[in-house]
Amino acid sequence: MHVIETGNVAAALGVRLAGAQVVAAYPITPQTPLTEKLSELIEAGEMDARYVPVESEHSALAVCIAASSAGARAFTATSANGLLYMHEQVHWAAGARLPIVMCVANRAVGAPWNIWNDHQDSISQRDTGWIQIYSCDHQQIIDDTLKAFRVAEATSIPVMVCYDGYLLSHTYMPFAVPEQEKVAEFLPPFQPAYALDPSSPANLNTVTLPEVRLDVHGELAHGYMEIRYLLQEDLRNAVQVVEETDAAYQEVFGRGGVPLVEPYRCDDAEYIVVGLGSLTYQLRDVVETLRAEGHRIGVLGVRLYRPVPDAAIAAALQGAHGVFVMEKALSYGYEGALCSDLKSALYDHLPDKSEAPFVKGLIAGIGGREIRTADLADALRSGLAGSIPDPNWIAIQL
Amino acid sequence: MTRTTILSLPTEEYVHPGNRACTGCGLGIAYRIGTKALGPDTIVIVPPSCLTVLQGLFPVASTKLPSLNTTFACTAAAATGVLEALKAQGREHTKVVAWAGDGGTADIGIQSLSGAAERGDDFLFMCYDNEGYMNTGVQRSGTTPQGAITANTPFKGKLQQKKDVAAIMIAHGIDYVATASAAYPLDLYDKIRKAITLKGVKYIHIHTPCPPGWGYEARYTVKIGELAVETGYWDLYEVELGEFRLTGASAKALKKGTRKPVNEYLQAQSRFRIMSPEQAADVQARVDAKWSTYSGGEGC
Repeated sequence: MHVIETGNVAAALGVRLAGAQVVAAYPITPQTPLTEKLSELIEAGEMDARYVPVESEHSALAVCIAASSAGARAFTATSANGLLYMHEQVHWAAGARLPIVMCVANRAVGAPWNIWNDHQDSISQRDTGWIQIYSCDHQQIIDDTLKAFRVAEATSIPVMVCYDGYLLSHTYMPFAVPEQEKVAEFLPPFQPAYALDPSSPANLNTVTLPEVRLDVHGELAHGYMEIRYLLQEDLRNAVQVVEETDAAYQEVFGRGGVPLVEPYRCDDAEYIVVGLGSLTYQLRDVVETLRAEGHRIGVLGVRLYRPVPDAAIAAALQGAHGVFVMEKALSYGYEGALCSDLKSALYDHLPDKSEAPFVKGLIAGIGGREIRTADLADALRSGLAGSIPDPNWIAIQL
Repeated sequence: MTRTTILSLPTEEYVHPGNRACTGCGLGIAYRIGTKALGPDTIVIVPPSCLTVLQGLFPVASTKLPSLNTTFACTAAAATGVLEALKAQGREHTKVVAWAGDGGTADIGIQSLSGAAERGDDFLFMCYDNEGYMNTGVQRSGTTPQGAITANTPFKGKLQQKKDVAAIMIAHGIDYVATASAAYPLDLYDKIRKAITLKGVKYIHIHTPCPPGWGYEARYTVKIGELAVETGYWDLYEVELGEFRLTGASAKALKKGTRKPVNEYLQAQSRFRIMSPEQAADVQARVDAKWSTYSGGEGC
């Protein structure tokens, strides 16, 4: 079935398809219509789940953490300062290895207040141990949301599905809704490794010492460091799980194929622009324009940002002469976080460092500053001519 | 409801002996007796606090009940999350009980507690009030009483009044709010038994003497708790469906019309050592004023 709906509704429909059992949320623009839609579906009896209108985002994720610990499939969504307010719980959910799914309708963070789109909110959560997927259009939002539950449950790691506030969250686009009757084939009911249960008591997330320690049976139990190492190892292995999940999804629903990176006209490209989210689709127009001018350029969307699909990124960029990383967020005090990650990937994976492409970072659309396709083309023309604009923030007026 | 006696108290233990609580810990009494009242079909929610320590360090646990440790601010929200998960799975028979300290209740935890109370989520919230951040080395909390020396009110003592969390919870219009004391475990036991039969958030605030934090010898925990009640400094009451009544030793004190001087309670603890006679008289006056509003109670 195809519908014409907003990105937020696409996410909500994905959550319903996945059979989330507990939904907790606190209103924040531009996420709110997503969880409003879920409350509507639940109240109307069209979705069998518990909806908890909590008093803060910190509590929203607390409810999900606790519900997941007790064996329920749990979902929340937020944006911007809501996500920052959750930050302690974001770490906690990953440390507790709970397969929670959260949608983030990306929005700039304060101060000053700004409700428009950039990626600073979710990029600021990159070190929390969550899997982060960036959707570029409505079809990817609904598909990624459904896939996120399977990835989360297969890895016992929470997943953030990020999509651009307003640009995707509030715009109407046609997309296909996966058939509910096929979902069971793709996503079986949640089977938690352990669920809080009086018949089998356990003390979860208790104080854990720096050193390993014997348990009551005389077996050596992990210390904090071992527990954290396993999170890192499983997160690194999650790259493969994301790929396998995408393949399984393709088999059942016939869509997918770009779980890690999404190249567009990169095969013969001398220059590649790299980014996250809907910007990479906008950049396709720029690529067409510049190609018409004789430049061999392509665009690479990074779909999975954490864990970093470093090998896939390096493979996609190998042979390019130059790379431009276009970002809507940065690690203040240095550069765009994706730009740094990408340089690392190249350094680690390119066999001959002398053939590594140059990498230039560009910042665009901070706080919702309009990103004109013509401005992107101009910035890239400068870059192709050997000098990116200075400052490298596109369309800044100082 | 028949009153529980030491003879009718269940023999089943849910808290193992030899746990990490300090010698003479008031929480140790309240938690042991409280878990007996809750019974085996219970999930406990615990924020960082002395109870985290009492329950043991991974992989050893001193409680036989499943327990979810949460972040500091979210105890009540976590209780809601467990509750909703149980409902979603048809496991409503299991009781959900939050056990937080006074900081986790009155200060950092009050937002989530208030939210859950307003929503009417069906769980029991226990606050064990040792009147300060004892687990981090005795700093003042919202419920530290006026005049108490703490690690961050080192010379003048706390200047402000104790926050009355039970009154805040009564203002939420919930079905059941009670105060209790670790020194009167049977009164606590009966209150928990009653609370778990009612709907929505039920709130019980337990006065929990703390030897290292309050400054008295560990063997006097029960004595100190009793003095607080006998002097009228701390009162045992319940508000059930809006109906207030004193219980146990507080009800008896009202009936007899006699209370010990508050000074007996204050002078038994080194945390009040810098209180002047005037300040102590002021505390006595406040206690007297509070008691002048009381009428009725159990058996009255």
